[in-house]
Amino acid sequence: MFDPAAASPFLLSGGHPGWLGLAYRDHGPDWVELVLPWREELMGDDVRRVIASGPIFSMLDMAGGMAIWAHAQRFVPVATLDMRVDYQRPAGERADVIGRCECYRTTRSAAFVRGIAHDGDPDDPVATMAAVYMTIGGAPKND
Amino acid sequence: MTDEAHPDLLSHYARSLGIEVSGFEDNVPVLRVSGIDAIEGRPDHFHGGATSGLMETAAYAALRMALSERGEEAQLKPINITVQFLAAAKKAPLFAKARITKLGRRSANVTVEAWQEDRERPRASAVMNVMIQRDAKA
Repeated sequence: MFDPAAASPFLLSGGHPGWLGLAYRDHGPDWVELVLPWREELMGDDVRRVIASGPIFSMLDMAGGMAIWAHAQRFVPVATLDMRVDYQRPAGERADVIGRCECYRTTRSAAFVRGIAHDGDPDDPVATMAAVYMTIGGAPKND
Repeated sequence: MTDEAHPDLLSHYARSLGIEVSGFEDNVPVLRVSGIDAIEGRPDHFHGGATSGLMETAAYAALRMALSERGEEAQLKPINITVQFLAAAKKAPLFAKARITKLGRRSANVTVEAWQEDRERPRASAVMNVMIQRDAKA
């Protein structure tokens, strides 16, 4: 059994997720929500005090992986194969950004994920993502 | 230092992640990030987000160089990015260089490759569309 809430301190405290300051927010049977807190080091340019696109990509990648584990109900090693992010608008000034990803389909070797990033209103996203992850050495689910 | 001659090539985010300008090839910046903890995903490997952050930064840097060569000032905004993760990047220096496939009036299309010891076997590639706002100052 994979519990995103319980696993988050371990998954998000070190390395790149830790450097970004990613934190767990919420989850469901096939989705996970993380938050990327605003800070000056993550700014994309000097003009607007908004989070750069790179950290948003990282958060969505991470939330996508965790959504796969939530969907599979266990941890399986996965590697992102292909990921696309459409940046609809800049995040608000000094705004934290929330990333919510859903794993909507798994096969023997692949997992399909879609998600959004927003800064408070999920109906007005900052970005949308679509990604395919490959499982490494084992199916994510018995199918 | 090459990056001191072009301080505007890197964002706050890029600098704090440890991205540096490693050199120039035909006036196109080659960027580099070391295998530090801030880039780590699974143990001893790059996080995909750090790899794509480097490639995005390489795309912006190439566009900023190209625009400054033309004597133009513009604000760059991402439209979208698609990243192909081709092989796991080990916790060691990772390089990235962009190629501008189109530099239009309102948008640019850029492809990027990231590699480690063997440039012929890239770890990741990306294609990015970038909005170019030449008049926008605000």
